[in-house]
Amino acid sequence: MLLLFETFHQLRLFMRRPAAVFFVAVLPLVLLVIFTEIFGNDPVSAQGVTTAQFYTPALAVFGMVTACYTYLAVSTAIARDTGVLKRVRGTPLPPLTYISARVIAVSVIAVLSVVLVVGVGVAFYKVELLHHSLPASVVLLIVAALTFSALGMLVTALCKSSDTVIAVTNATLLPLAFVSEVFVRPWRELPTWMKWIADVLPLKHFSSAFQATFKPALQGHGFVWQGGDTTLAILPQLAILVAWGIGAAVLASYLFRWEPNAG
Amino acid sequence: MNPIVVENLTKSYRRVKALQGVSFSVRKGETYALLGPNGAGKTTTIEILEGYRKADGGTARVLDMDPASGGRRLREKIGIVLQATALEPELNVRETVRAFARLYPSAIPVDEAIELVDLAHARGKRVKALSGGQQRRLEIALGVVGSPEVLFLDEPTTGLDPDARRKIWDLVRSLNDAGKTILLSSHYMEEVEVLAHRLSILVDGKIRAEGSPLELQGQFGARATISFKIQGNGQEIIYPYGVRDKVREHQGWTYLAVDDPTPALNELTAWAMRHGFGLQHLTVNRPTLEDIYLQLTAKPQPETR
Ligand SMILES: Nc1ncnc2c1ncn2[C@@H]1O[C@H](COP(=O)(O)OP(=O)(O)OP(=O)(O)O)[C@@H](O)[C@H]1O
Ligand SMILES: [Mg+2]
Repeated sequence: MLLLFETFHQLRLFMRRPAAVFFVAVLPLVLLVIFTEIFGNDPVSAQGVTTAQFYTPALAVFGMVTACYTYLAVSTAIARDTGVLKRVRGTPLPPLTYISARVIAVSVIAVLSVVLVVGVGVAFYKVELLHHSLPASVVLLIVAALTFSALGMLVTALCKSSDTVIAVTNATLLPLAFVSEVFVRPWRELPTWMKWIADVLPLKHFSSAFQATFKPALQGHGFVWQGGDTTLAILPQLAILVAWGIGAAVLASYLFRWEPNAG
Repeated sequence: MNPIVVENLTKSYRRVKALQGVSFSVRKGETYALLGPNGAGKTTTIEILEGYRKADGGTARVLDMDPASGGRRLREKIGIVLQATALEPELNVRETVRAFARLYPSAIPVDEAIELVDLAHARGKRVKALSGGQQRRLEIALGVVGSPEVLFLDEPTTGLDPDARRKIWDLVRSLNDAGKTILLSSHYMEEVEVLAHRLSILVDGKIRAEGSPLELQGQFGARATISFKIQGNGQEIIYPYGVRDKVREHQGWTYLAVDDPTPALNELTAWAMRHGFGLQHLTVNRPTLEDIYLQLTAKPQPETR
């Protein structure tokens, strides 16, 4: 019950922060419209999908990560800097409940942002929702929301002030989104080191698996380890996400501080 | 057992020895004040008792629990007003108080808490649109909304106008009357004299004096000062024998420092009547808490009078 109240509390705070609403909910939509209008919504030869079919899941991923990673990290760091976290710590509210409420709230926001982007894609750009892989999309979304939330909390735990957190989240998310091929359709091989970075970090795995669930050419429900040219497989990526999530959560809970930094 | 017990508390931050063996206890239903200059260790003491910081040595008990590990059971029974304001600017007054009220098992009604700090007119206002003093009052409401047994107030009335300050004093007194125990820090002597049953003066992490305001006055400045301006009549002024050696004259004023003002006054007035002198602006001053405070915190330490 307390968890529910606290989650609503966090959602209300989000709704009252116009900048956050813009970056999480509006920006991905704007980008979807811009990309689709620039590139035209014709099928892309290599993949046989339309621009919108390619960009809708990509931008959904971007919006989701912005909510769970960037927004969670920055808003938590600001709450720490302003003493809000410290004040909460002095109340009977169990710390785990409070943190869970923050994570659940950003996950709800992330899912809504995804629904918005996909909804606009379906409504205006003839994006196809694939019934057979829909459960895989949903599971991926939920697991990724938790994983990126854990990473967001880890960044907050590692950085001293909200200024640093803003810098670090932005400096990590944007370049990573590019090397992880969220925005660009790879018409050229990326340098090996870039690929290597992208392969180690979780974003590419999430985005490629999520995008795969939107590819009409792939068959099957996706809950298999071994995929192919015509079969969908998300379990390998899912496993990597889970590993990152658990690792980040453990480290974050170990390092997390509730008080503003003195020095 | 007293609700707040502190014994020989020590705490250092890297180079600074913030607390060097602080001991005191606060009785049930009592308001106890910590007084001291900036950096004396007041906040450190209070935050150890609130469970925010760990002491290096000594013991701290609140409601017979260790604040560092008391957890939820203790936090349900204590109210906190931190020295630094910490509110969420996006919420309005009512939402802020409600968010705290629901965390406590025996919270008072939200509107009642808002009225206690005189913010009823600003109920629907966003926190960021409140003045600094209004924000402070809101924080005091958050401290009392859980109807705590023990209330910690770290400089609660800093930034409040005189009117608001008096309202908070009334609130503190009514909480006292209801049997709540209050630990307060303050830089306002008047506030401490009005509110505190007992106080201690903390300097450089050590308690320099402790007692009720009256006790401290007795202990540190038993001497009263009689002052007046002589209105002469041409006669030479020769003070009466009993007070002659205690007289000090300065800029037309005469000062007399005496242990017991009654016989001195008697002698003085009789003498003045006899010789036809006037004693203008005759006053007897007891040292105030402020005098004692300034005396104790002065650097270098002056000799005790
Ligand atoms: N987190 C901290 N890190 C390092 N030093 C600290 C920290 N907190 C307090 N100190 C030091 O400990 C000493 C006591 O500080 P404290 O905040 O307890 O004083 P205070 O009596 O509350 O002062 P004020 O009236 O200014 O609020 C000071 O010298 C201060 O610089
Ligand atoms: Mg202080």
